Amino acid sequence: MAKHNGDEMKKPSKILMGIILAVAIIGVFAYEQYLSSQKSIIVLATTTSTYDSGLLDYLMPKFEAKYNAEVHIISVGTGQAIEIAKRGNADLVLVHSRKLELEFVNSTYGIHRVGVMYNDFIIIGPESDPAGIYGLTNATEAFRKIAEAGAKGNATFISRADRSGTNMLELSIWQRLGMAPSNKTQRWYWEAGAGMGTVLRMANEKKAYTLTDRATWLSFKNQLTNLKVLVEGDLILLNPYAIILVNPEKYPKRNYKGALQLAKWMISEEGQNLIASFKKEGETLFKPIARVFNEAHKLGFPEQEKEIAWYDAQNP
Amino acid sequence: MVESTFWEEILNITLLSLRVSGTAVLIGALIGVPIGTFLGFLQFRGKRTLIRLVDVMLKSVINTFMGLPPVVVGLVVYLLFTASGPLGWLGLLYTPTAMIITQLIMVVPIIIGVTMSAVGSVEKAVRERALSLGATETQAAWLVLREARIGVLTSIIVAFGAAISEVGGIMITGGNVRWWTRTLTTAIVVETELGNFSMALTLGAILLSMAFIINLALTIVQLKGARR
Repeated sequence: MAKHNGDEMKKPSKILMGIILAVAIIGVFAYEQYLSSQKSIIVLATTTSTYDSGLLDYLMPKFEAKYNAEVHIISVGTGQAIEIAKRGNADLVLVHSRKLELEFVNSTYGIHRVGVMYNDFIIIGPESDPAGIYGLTNATEAFRKIAEAGAKGNATFISRADRSGTNMLELSIWQRLGMAPSNKTQRWYWEAGAGMGTVLRMANEKKAYTLTDRATWLSFKNQLTNLKVLVEGDLILLNPYAIILVNPEKYPKRNYKGALQLAKWMISEEGQNLIASFKKEGETLFKPIARVFNEAHKLGFPEQEKEIAWYDAQNP
Repeated sequence: MVESTFWEEILNITLLSLRVSGTAVLIGALIGVPIGTFLGFLQFRGKRTLIRLVDVMLKSVINTFMGLPPVVVGLVVYLLFTASGPLGWLGLLYTPTAMIITQLIMVVPIIIGVTMSAVGSVEKAVRERALSLGATETQAAWLVLREARIGVLTSIIVAFGAAISEVGGIMITGGNVRWWTRTLTTAIVVETELGNFSMALTLGAILLSMAFIINLALTIVQLKGARR
C-alpha cells in the first residue's frame, strides 16, 4: 500500500519536474532572446584583411558601447562578403574591389557606396629574390619578371585565388600583361584558394612571391622569416575600402537602421580619427579618405561629396 | 570551353582524392594488417598477467588513436615538414606526398584496431578446435587468419571511407592548391566559400556516391561473412 502510494506520488512529481524543467529551459531561452533583443545586432560582412589587421577589433567596441549595439563580423574575401550581403545575410559590407562593388550597387542590392579609407598592397618574396624585382616601383613590371623567372623554374607565385579584393587586384595586374596564369599549365603559379594569412605562410614555406596588403603583412611579419617587402608605392597598389549598405527594399527584415548608424559612425570625424590612430609596429595602416574628397576622387569615388552629404542628412 | 574545364577540374580533383586516400590506405594496410593480426593473436595467448596487462594497454592506446582528430594529425605533420621543422629539408609540405603521410597516420590505427578485434573474435573456438583435431600451432594460426579475413577487409574499407571524407588534415598539409593538392573535400570547402555551388554540389555528389559504394561493399562483405 505504502509502495503504491509512493508510485502515485512519483508520477505527478515526475511530470511536474518535467514541466519545471521545460519552463526553465524556455525561460532561459526567452531571457537570452530578451537580452539580445535589447541590443541592436548589426551583421558586417568584410574582408579578411580588415579583420586580420585588428582594425575592427579596435574600432567596434567603441561603436558598440556608444550605440548599445553588437556588431557581428563575417570576415571573408570581398567576393564572398558581397555574395553574403546579396543573399540577405548581412546588413552592410566593408570591402575593397571597385569592380565587384560597382556590380553590387548596379544589381540594386547594394546602396550608397562611400569611400572610407585606404591602405596599400606590397609585393613580397624571398630574400634571395630570384626574379630580381627588389626596388622596382612598377608592380606590373615586377609581375612580368616573376612570370619570366617562374617559366624558367626559378620562382613561384602564390595566388589567393579566392576572389578576394587582393586576388582581384592581382588578376588585374596579370591582365595588364595580357596574361591569365593558371596552375593547370604553369607550375610556378599556385592557386591557393585561401586567406591572406595562410597564403603568406605558404609563401614563407615555399620561398615564393605573393601580393599582400600591408596590414596583414605587418601582423604576420615576425613569423615570416624567409620573406621581405620587394615592391611598394605603385599607384595601382593603393587599396581603397568602401562601405555599402544592403538595400532595405530587398531585405526589409535586415537591420538597416543599425547598418546606417555604423556607416555614419565610420565616416564621421570620430570614426575617421580613430582609423587614423590605429597603428601597427608604429605604422598607420589605414588612411581615412571619407572627408578628403580629392583623394577619394583619385581612388575611385567620384561621387564622394554627394554620398557623404546623404549620410550626414540621415537620422537613424 | 568553360564547361570542359569544369569537368576536367572535377576529374582532376576526384583522381587526386582517390590517389591520396588509396595510397594511404594501401600502405596503411601493409603496415596495419600484420600488426593488427599479431596483436589479435597476442590476446588469446595471454594467460600470464604481464601479457594481459600489455594487451589491455595496447588496446586502449590503439582505440585512442583510432579516434585521432585529423586536424591534429595535420598539425603535427605540418610542424614536421615545415621549412624550419625537423623534416623541412625534404620539401614535402604542400605536396600530395605530405597528404598521403597525413592520412596514413590516420588510417593505420583504424586498420590495426579493426583487424585486431576481428582476429580476436574468431579466436579460441576456431583455434582450439583446430588444435584438438590435430593441427599444429602454425596451421591453427593460419586458420584463424582465414576466418578473420572478412574483418581484415572491413578494416581496409572503413579506413578508406575515413580517408576519402577527411578534410582538416590534408587541408593543412596539402595547402589545397588548385590542380595540385585540391581534393574532393577541400575543394568543396573552397567552392562553397566562393559561392560556386554548382561545383560544390557536383563534388559533394561524387563524394556521397563514393561513400555509398564503400558502404555497399562493406555490407556485401559482411553479408557474405554472415552467410558462411
